[in-house]
Amino acid sequence: MTTRLFGEPVQRREDPRLLAGQGRYLDDLGHDALAAAFVRSPHAHARVLDVDVTEALEIDGLVAVYTHEDLEGRPGERLPLLIPHPSLTEPRTAYALARDEVNHVGEAVVMVVARDRYVAEDACDRIRVAYEPLPPVVGVAAARAADRLVHDDVPGNVAAHLVEAVGDATAAIAAAPHVIELDLQVERSASMPMEGRGVYARWDADDRSLRVYSSTQASTSVRAALAAKLGLPLDRVEVIAPDVGGGFGVKIVHPWPEEILVPWAALRLGQEVKWAEDRREHFVASAHERGQLQHVRVGFDDDGRLLGLDVAFWHDNGAYTPYGVIVPIITATQLLGPYKPGAYRCEWWSLYTNTVIVTPYRGAGRPQGVYAMERTMDAIADELGLDRAEVRARNFIQPEEMPYDQGLLFQDGRPLVYDSGDYPTGLEKLKGLVGWDDFEATRERARAQGRRVGIGLACYVEGTGVGPYEGGWVKVETDGSVVVATGLTTQGQGHQTAFAQIVAAELGVPIERVTVTTGDTRRFRYAVGTFASRAAVMSGNAVGAAARKVRHKALRIAGEALEADPRDLEIVDGEVRVKGVPSVSIPLATVAVLSNPLRYAFDEQAKLATQFAGTTDLSRPPVAEGEEPGLEATGYYSPARSTFASGMHAVVVETDPETAEIRILRYCVVHDCGTLVNPMIVEGQVHGGVAQGVGGALYERMAYDESGQLLNASYMDFLMPYSTEVPHIETDHLETPSPLNPLGIKGAGEAGVIPGMAVFASAIEDAEGFRISRMPISPSELHDLRLRHAAGEVPPLRRHLRDHDEQEDSG
Amino acid sequence: MNGPESLHEVTLVVNGVRRSGSVPGRRTLSDFLRHDLRLTGTHVGCEHGVCGACTVLLEGEPVRSCLLLAVTVDGAEVTTVEGCCRGDGSLGAVQQAFRECHGLQCGFCTPGFVTTITAYLRDHPDPDEPEAREAVAGNLCRCTGYQNIVASVLRAAQLRRQEGA
Repeated sequence: MTTRLFGEPVQRREDPRLLAGQGRYLDDLGHDALAAAFVRSPHAHARVLDVDVTEALEIDGLVAVYTHEDLEGRPGERLPLLIPHPSLTEPRTAYALARDEVNHVGEAVVMVVARDRYVAEDACDRIRVAYEPLPPVVGVAAARAADRLVHDDVPGNVAAHLVEAVGDATAAIAAAPHVIELDLQVERSASMPMEGRGVYARWDADDRSLRVYSSTQASTSVRAALAAKLGLPLDRVEVIAPDVGGGFGVKIVHPWPEEILVPWAALRLGQEVKWAEDRREHFVASAHERGQLQHVRVGFDDDGRLLGLDVAFWHDNGAYTPYGVIVPIITATQLLGPYKPGAYRCEWWSLYTNTVIVTPYRGAGRPQGVYAMERTMDAIADELGLDRAEVRARNFIQPEEMPYDQGLLFQDGRPLVYDSGDYPTGLEKLKGLVGWDDFEATRERARAQGRRVGIGLACYVEGTGVGPYEGGWVKVETDGSVVVATGLTTQGQGHQTAFAQIVAAELGVPIERVTVTTGDTRRFRYAVGTFASRAAVMSGNAVGAAARKVRHKALRIAGEALEADPRDLEIVDGEVRVKGVPSVSIPLATVAVLSNPLRYAFDEQAKLATQFAGTTDLSRPPVAEGEEPGLEATGYYSPARSTFASGMHAVVVETDPETAEIRILRYCVVHDCGTLVNPMIVEGQVHGGVAQGVGGALYERMAYDESGQLLNASYMDFLMPYSTEVPHIETDHLETPSPLNPLGIKGAGEAGVIPGMAVFASAIEDAEGFRISRMPISPSELHDLRLRHAAGEVPPLRRHLRDHDEQEDSG
Repeated sequence: MNGPESLHEVTLVVNGVRRSGSVPGRRTLSDFLRHDLRLTGTHVGCEHGVCGACTVLLEGEPVRSCLLLAVTVDGAEVTTVEGCCRGDGSLGAVQQAFRECHGLQCGFCTPGFVTTITAYLRDHPDPDEPEAREAVAGNLCRCTGYQNIVASVLRAAQLRRQEGA
């Protein structure tokens, strides 16, 4: 029997079910439900003049057609702004169905409900919507130029504008011996979970209750939104996230238009209604991220130490801002990474465009921030002729400087204070792993063979485990099984295993007896959601707290039964026993029976419990004051502030001199997420993140044309990495526990993707000898850069010139 | 065209069991399996044959069930992920390898990998690492970065050899 559970690579509890084809994803439910489909705007920007449904009405199997006019009351109002911020002075949200204007291709205009999805789509094809096209705003540069407006009443297309500063960066840069300026660009990408969004609603007219299944990262908040939008008492609405086929951020947004419309239709029709998003809908009607233009101005000394850093960036937030401006806020703050910037100033603008909305995708603004900072580090090293790793090391916050206050406010509105971390050790590990100091010999060997190779590195710090809280509930049943519930949701992170490990370890029971439920509001009502690499930190500590309470109660009850001091008791393999006298024991199952004075002998444990029934003090009530029946408890975890994980990646690439193809030769990761609950799961999270980093650096982009059509809205054209595009990933871990929570955990979910663009830019630049400033980069773009470099339009790296001079000197 | 669609009787042998349904001509094989036969282990990720999540074995060979119409395979033998389990319902070699190697996270793409690898190992029982990687190169996974899927292919081959399969 496994006694050590916490920190072990325990095999996942959820796997047998998922592997046998017994998962229950959204579209696996509700086979008999009516199907919804949507008529979506083919225009990026247009006025809706008329909707003609005449031709659709004769279709056999059609049940209903709804336009905005049908949405009376709150469902017809604009969608809520989830996260307001003082900088967001011009928030705009969409209607669930467009009212008189559409602002991106894919915006829902008409909802059709029919016998099945085929029929619903037939009807959609026959609905004629008359539009008056308006000039679209596509791309950050066009939004910034503001020759056209997305929303007539938002001047300059500026949704939000913020200046954050620590010290006087302008003065520090003016006084610095060296100054560099960089213009950088990052294109749009997206989460792209293998399962799209989906909603399935069941209205029980007899019970006056609504049950909704949604492929969401935040079932608790969907519930609250639905109750408010549909005018139902909160206690008559339940929302369940079933098995969810990946999220990576996009499913944190809520309520989606479809999340309101499908339950609304189910209520109105008195029948079950389901909508499962198709892939094209996911491309044009969910959310994207990443798109930014950046300008960096940095002043530094002769040793490469930062004196002042002044960053301006323009963030593409798409057509609406339902999720607020979390992404640019994170870019601005997490840009600093493991470094002391000297004085820092960051000014950003979040801009409307006539494209799909922008909300967090794994990394959530960090990949862009890290890209800006790491491009800057490389540029400083090149300017001074220093080793790129050395320049980074010179700017690191040192372990003894922890906790380190960056002087800014983080995404949770709390001070940006790093709790712990050891960046110098991380860098040494990474250099050792990739063979950093020996790379010049590798380069020379390759060069002798006519091959071109380069090495890059990138460092990041990731604020994880943001509040405000999560809760957990733990109960020992009378058969000795342990049931656990937490409100946040799961999209593949192995929570049914990791949380079971924590509870099993706290309670001293075999993990096989522990069952965990997540994201079901029937089981736990208070939750925030799964985002910001927070699940293990927040719910891990919450279920840990609940389990400790249960343990405390179990020892007290067992102490009474065994006539022993609870402090002398321990729980081993589900038995409460006297330390050193294992024969004096009582099963936890029996303790669960004893915890409830109502003991009908329905099972063997209840019969067994009577033998421990001692003399009852008849002057006391059966349930003492302050006590509750049952061996169960609820616990919460609410941190004062976020905990900061960190890591650094290195990559070796080969660029083909003829074809400009970019091949990955080595990919190395050093990762520190504090105490590991399950190293196997954490490693898997890192692998998946790296793969998305590879995609974001070399393949994935949203190709919008000038009229706002998304040209690559299919898996055929949007290039996600297959197994042949992701290299073997070499990893090493560092465990710097967080002092902020009892388990010492830091978040791990997003880390792998964060330095992706930065590390590839660094390595490709190193191979090619000229600066890379725009990501992702394709072979044809690299080829184009080579031509421009040859024509003198793209200047060489200084170290390239120096190498050249040396070669010519020696030759 | 507005009236009821004409229906066609389709009979398949799915995971060794004869299953029939009456479906319109345009019903995809994936929808037939999932919604008519209620074998929801087969998943649909892209609806255009790119992601491989819907892969099933048709007469033993991997096919994209989202690209086939149920009526066109009437009478055929089909194996889905549910049929990759052993007779007693326990995990088959490929599934067991995925569990041991942490070859899945969200599990949505997994059924397509399991069926693909099952057919591959039948024909190539002893792949090396590059061959294992190539064997799964037609299926998309957004969670794992493929590291542990490639390891799962190799481990499954080992398990099959141990079983003398």
